[in-house]
Amino acid sequence: MAEAKKEPRGWKDLPLSALPYKLSLEYKTGSWRAFRPVIDQSKCIKCMNCWLYCPDFAVLWDGERVSVNYEYCKGCGICAHECPVNAITMVPETKKA
Amino acid sequence: MSGGKVPKIPLEKQVRMAVNGDEAVAYAAKHSLVDVVAAYPITPQTIIVEKFSEFVADGEVHTEFVPVESEHSAMSAVVGAAAAGARAFTATASQGLALMWEILYIASSLRLPIVLAVANRALSAPINIHCDHSDAMGMRDASWVQLFVENTQEAYDTTIQAFKIAEDPEVLLPVAVNLDGFVLSHTLEDIYMLPEEEVHKFLGGYRKVTGKTYVDYLGKEVEVKLDPANPLSFGPLDLYDYYFEHKVPQIKALEKAKEVVKRVNEEWYELTGRRYGDGVIDAWGVEDADIIVTVLGSTAGTVRHVARQLRKEGVKVGVLRIRLYRPFPFEEVANAIKGAKVVGVMDRALSFGSFGPSYLDISAALYGLKERPLLVNYVYGLGGRDVPPSLVRRMFEELIKVKEEGEVKEPLKLLGVRE
Repeated sequence: MAEAKKEPRGWKDLPLSALPYKLSLEYKTGSWRAFRPVIDQSKCIKCMNCWLYCPDFAVLWDGERVSVNYEYCKGCGICAHECPVNAITMVPETKKA
Repeated sequence: MSGGKVPKIPLEKQVRMAVNGDEAVAYAAKHSLVDVVAAYPITPQTIIVEKFSEFVADGEVHTEFVPVESEHSAMSAVVGAAAAGARAFTATASQGLALMWEILYIASSLRLPIVLAVANRALSAPINIHCDHSDAMGMRDASWVQLFVENTQEAYDTTIQAFKIAEDPEVLLPVAVNLDGFVLSHTLEDIYMLPEEEVHKFLGGYRKVTGKTYVDYLGKEVEVKLDPANPLSFGPLDLYDYYFEHKVPQIKALEKAKEVVKRVNEEWYELTGRRYGDGVIDAWGVEDADIIVTVLGSTAGTVRHVARQLRKEGVKVGVLRIRLYRPFPFEEVANAIKGAKVVGVMDRALSFGSFGPSYLDISAALYGLKERPLLVNYVYGLGGRDVPPSLVRRMFEELIKVKEEGEVKEPLKLLGVRE
């Protein structure tokens, strides 16, 4: 039963009830984004407000600098709104970085 | 009731009590060791939860009683309770059932074995508190098992059976027990209940979660319930990629439900000496009948009474009561009525712009046959309009005329309405 099932699966290979077979980690939501948050590291004071407010846990902290996980960030812009030093800009996805 | 075999619990060991239909359902829920009841009062269902709340207040049950602010919340609360592994029960009628509608689909597609008692009542407007089946027919496509009872005794028996049917590992679907508002809900009848511990035994004690499934990310088979040790998300997003596939097991489970309803009906017979036809249909005199009337709910008694008189007068008539409405027992119904010349299909509801709901099902059941009886749909008793034997007799007389003429001039008749 544990062997990998062919995808997309047929109904017999789905769990009972309306249950998912994958963790939500496997559902990448970054493609939903229309604007991406870009952090100006020279302005960032590492207060972590963006990390605190991000509804998708998409703000990362590696011990030195703040970054965004673009695989999950949906581009809601809450981080940019909450940043006390305006270090985060929402850039349209249609523009190159 | 059928005689013959001695039941495991003979009548003298059963508890005889005078109760109305609602109280019978409340006692059945009490005897069924329900863990959670969430409900909102609405006529003619109110007595069910009123009586049950007395059991709670008197400490006679272990049940968590949730007095919610609406029926939408009642169904939502029992969905949560059932997902956590509880045996959950609620009851409603009419507008209350209409307000539950959104969550009814969620309960069934999450495969939660909830039991819902519906004291059937007309839908507004105008406001009407009396019996018809419009409320229940509004949920016929919601992937629930729907049973219609004929009397108070059956209301008690069927409510207990409903838990067994719902929790069967091959079914795992919610079950609605329909009893006619006022006609059954408020009418005192002398019935036999089982000693409580016998019901416990019949249901195997408290609910055990019977649904098990393999979940890839956990790498094992787990019980289908909310459990922090094995976290599951119930019903997250599914688009065109998987939604269709997720509906198939529901279809299969409903197919199984019919057999389980029959089996539980037989188990109940062995235990109590009571059974209701084969569980899905309850036929009277259909074998050699030229004219058969099909009917749901308490009106079956009146129709049978008139049919007996007609038999005495030499008219070959039969009555088919449909006990299981969803899943619809197509095969059983077709076999029971296919030999007749004319079939009158009684519906206490109307699919406006179409026919009565059971007429549509019965038409579908007969269509595949080479030779089939003529069908006439009688919509009757809307808003609690009384259905006396004289009216039923008039219907039979019309059906006799259809048989003589050999054709149906008016396929949809409104029985007992004033011009």
